[in-house]
Amino acid sequence: MADAAPIVQTLDLTKSFGMVTAADRINVQIQGGELVGIVGANGSGKTTFINIITGYLKPDRGRVLLMGKDRTGSPPRAIVKLGIARSFQIPQLYTSLSVLENLLLSLAARAGEATTFWRPLYRSSWMEDGLQTLERFGMKAYAHRPVNELPEGGRKLLDIALSFALKPQLLLLDEPTSGVSIEDKFQVMDTLMKVVEETRLTTVFVEHDMEVVQRYGRRVLAFDNGRVIADGTPEAVLADPEVRKAVLGRV
Amino acid sequence: MEQSRRIPVGPILSAVALLAVPLVLPDWMKFIVTLALSKFLAVLAVALFLRAGMVTFGHAMFYAVGAYVVGFSNKLFAYHGILVLLVIGALVGAGVAALIGLIMARYREVFFAMLNLAFSMMLYGAFLKLYWVTGGTDGLGTGLPTFLGYTPARDNLRDVQYYATLVVAGLVIYGVYRFLASPLGYYLKARADNEIRIEYSGESVQRVIYATYVLSGALAAMGGVLAAFTVGHIVPEYAFWIQSGDFVFVAILGGFESVAGPLVGAIAFEFIRTYASKYFPNEWQMVLGIIMLVIILFRPGGIWAIYESLVAKVRRPKGEVAHG
Repeated sequence: MADAAPIVQTLDLTKSFGMVTAADRINVQIQGGELVGIVGANGSGKTTFINIITGYLKPDRGRVLLMGKDRTGSPPRAIVKLGIARSFQIPQLYTSLSVLENLLLSLAARAGEATTFWRPLYRSSWMEDGLQTLERFGMKAYAHRPVNELPEGGRKLLDIALSFALKPQLLLLDEPTSGVSIEDKFQVMDTLMKVVEETRLTTVFVEHDMEVVQRYGRRVLAFDNGRVIADGTPEAVLADPEVRKAVLGRV
Repeated sequence: MEQSRRIPVGPILSAVALLAVPLVLPDWMKFIVTLALSKFLAVLAVALFLRAGMVTFGHAMFYAVGAYVVGFSNKLFAYHGILVLLVIGALVGAGVAALIGLIMARYREVFFAMLNLAFSMMLYGAFLKLYWVTGGTDGLGTGLPTFLGYTPARDNLRDVQYYATLVVAGLVIYGVYRFLASPLGYYLKARADNEIRIEYSGESVQRVIYATYVLSGALAAMGGVLAAFTVGHIVPEYAFWIQSGDFVFVAILGGFESVAGPLVGAIAFEFIRTYASKYFPNEWQMVLGIIMLVIILFRPGGIWAIYESLVAKVRRPKGEVAHG
């Protein structure tokens, strides 16, 4: 029988930074196949939630279950190996390497070959896979260009592509459109969501723009002061006066 | 794929020049080039870490480990087979690095640099104080090397030794070239860029550093084996921090972005030092200092970068090579 355990289940996650409570008894389940948008104002605890799940932060209280097993406090590396990859608000790239080389290193990591020193990085199977991924993300033309020649939207997409290339079971995207110009915002999201839909990848994306969440999310979680104040369909959540007040500052 | 299919004129000319050294150069220069080729291996070891954005001020310890393998072999077993000792030296170097690396892989930046220095100075102290084993400041003799059982006559020993060193250096160049094209080689550059991304790819930066450390220990120790036979005598100074500093100096002088940089640097360094100390016996370090200053200010990529930009200038008029 298929494993029915949710990919992520948090139990009373709580985390404070001094006086600020960034996570306040969060209980969330994410099932395979879901496409979840997390919305909230700056400082509402969206990124903290991602950071705790991916092992970057340890919760003060509460537990993180991944595929039904308690992984609270596991280091990021171990969590990635379980199939949970993330992207970053500020792209984390290898800036002195080419776009394709960045991807090839993800593939080497996935194959557990980071310390292979005799076989080449440029090998046909990885090249094929890497170029295919770049094509999906619309960046094939940049394959052999240095990373720092990419426009900001491209850097964000590459950051996501590096995590995507790990072939995770769950992809967590931290503000995929922040830093991207308003004109490019929907293009980045369109590209991204096309990939997500084609591959049926379980995805959670954090976004402070309600319009983006409404358009792309199938389920929306609204955060405020470290609490989940609403959880449901985009229409229901974004019509909630409490959510509108917390996220937009007006009803 | 990305590389042009032009005839590699530079490498072929340098190979020919290196092969011709014993035919055209006087004995004392053969000695200098042989020593430079030996030290080149240790410089490569240091250059690997420079690529990763890390400096080590202690890699002379592995160089010394290799040299003392030769010294002990002479003292204890009167054995001088250079090939076997190269293998043993590499294994002992890698072994010591595997041990020290357990600590070293946890550190970065200035701590990595200085902890290496600390370990090398402990080894230096041991070589100095354990005189009944190591000969203390008197050091150890190496005896004359044998090559696969062949013992050259004294008058062609220099030539044979030169060619043996050249062959080893050639194999190492090939090996390190493969290394730099491998995932681990790329991960070194990636480390300098972004450790966070490596960890979030499910890989361990510590593992990357540790594996490189072990390999670098083997490399530097092989350099020590060759240098010991070239000089014929070993002293604790092989492990001294100034020797470690020289390796870093040479790597920056030649350039650490390629395999060729450290080779060019090592040969240039030995000649600069020889001539500088001949013409400026009291100020030769100053000459080295000025050269380093000029390199860092104007050509941080080292001598090799100067060469590459010259080649680019010569080739450009023939039309740009298309990318991709």
